[in-house]
Amino acid sequence: MLEAAIRLTDVKKTFDGKEFILKGIDLVVPKGSLTAIIGFSGTGKSVMLKHILGLFRPTSGHIEILGTDIGKLSDDDLTRFRCKFGVLFQSAALFDDMTVLENVCFPLTEHRRELSPLQVISTAEAKLISVGLEKKHFDKLPNQISGGMQKRTGLARALALDPEIVIYDEPTTGLDPILTEMVDNLIVETHRAHKGTTSVMVSHDLQAAFRIADNIAMLDAGKVLLYGTPKDFYKSDIELVKRFISKGMKQE
Amino acid sequence: MIGRAAISSFYENIKKSATAFISETGNIVLFFTDSIRLLFQPPHRFGEVIKHMEFIGNQSVGIIALTSLFTGLALSFQIYLGFKLFNAVNMVGPTVALGITRELGPVLTGLIVSARAGGAMAARLGTMRVNEQIDALDVMGINTKQYLIAPRVIAAIICMPLLTAIFDFVAMLGSWILCVKMVDLDEAVYWQKIRDIIKVSHINEGLIKAAFFGMVFATVCTYRGFNTTGGAKGVGEATNRGVVLSMVMIIVIDYFITNFIRLFYLTTGMG
Repeated sequence: MLEAAIRLTDVKKTFDGKEFILKGIDLVVPKGSLTAIIGFSGTGKSVMLKHILGLFRPTSGHIEILGTDIGKLSDDDLTRFRCKFGVLFQSAALFDDMTVLENVCFPLTEHRRELSPLQVISTAEAKLISVGLEKKHFDKLPNQISGGMQKRTGLARALALDPEIVIYDEPTTGLDPILTEMVDNLIVETHRAHKGTTSVMVSHDLQAAFRIADNIAMLDAGKVLLYGTPKDFYKSDIELVKRFISKGMKQE
Repeated sequence: MIGRAAISSFYENIKKSATAFISETGNIVLFFTDSIRLLFQPPHRFGEVIKHMEFIGNQSVGIIALTSLFTGLALSFQIYLGFKLFNAVNMVGPTVALGITRELGPVLTGLIVSARAGGAMAARLGTMRVNEQIDALDVMGINTKQYLIAPRVIAAIICMPLLTAIFDFVAMLGSWILCVKMVDLDEAVYWQKIRDIIKVSHINEGLIKAAFFGMVFATVCTYRGFNTTGGAKGVGEATNRGVVLSMVMIIVIDYFITNFIRLFYLTTGMG
């Protein structure tokens, strides 16, 4: 049996005490895998992601990350625990008052206090080069570089602390097809280059999910409708899965 | 029947508003205490405090100097015109000094700085929230309240008394220009009367108030910005609500602090 990097057991969430956004999520993401989480809008993907990151606490159920039940951690411990994650946000979420290089240096100066300033810079430069960003862009502000470069910078920052789990939150939403392909390839290359790292991609991009993911979880109405390999999805008889695949493929 | 329904709905609305107000006040107090508690936990962020002091304090000096100069001039002129009717123009200096140091200095400084720096804080944090930058800090294992809120609140608490001192000084300079250089009051009498009446405790009263006002506007504006929802519209609303609430709270709290300090001086005999 594969070791779990993320394990959600009967996770339920309500914000108002009446309507449940998550209605009992059970999901196991194996260590070292690349898992895609897909589903229509409003099915609870983002809420589930925030639970995995410990930004929301579940109303009931358990969330285990790398063997730690994060529900038992205090707020301060949870904050420190999050260093195990690297997250690439949909908007890249770069700090707009910092240069590209400073953005990547930031987590290192915060958490790798044993490193000298020169070591911080050289580590950050190596991360930026590893995601394909040229040195001439290092001193630019985020608004002075293209969307693709912002994604690369965001990924370099996410990888700065060598996280055990990398999360991609809607990494290709709103991008043109060429940029989408570039980001998809970047995710695959990064996953392959960082052996043992678990990657989770939340996406609407069905083609990318089928092409690059080892496993896919489809969410519907706050529950996992189907979890399996891309092959399992193609073979599925579930009407909603069929509809999602046909619509997704048409859009592509 | 319609009348009874209207009254019931009216009371229901009052109950809802009161509950929302109490809940919001509680949230703001918790937000403040949590941020300050975190300031004393490592990693200490003195660099951030200095950075925000430069923004709140240093960059406000010009506008504070300008407004205080004209406040001193206008206030002195009005009081001079009034006191002239009673042949008491020698009391213009100490009256202006009392009004400035105890009341107008801290209140006007609070209003100006909350509009300038408080508005900027709410807008900055609001933008960071809607652009997911605060989420990015969270998932990087950074305590966002410790990193974003506590340094701003502490910087405001430190800077406000300093800015108020500048306000007091420049406003009194304006008063001196009007009284001595423009309406020809006797300079020696002007200063002597101020020395006779003004005590250090009067100046301290204003500086203590200023520190409270700094705490109030920085907490309210950062709270609003930090909890922004929605896009650009949400940032605008957070900024607007933060600045308006800060200004109202400064004026309301001023009355209570004045009474509290008076009571303190009376009971301790320090005033």
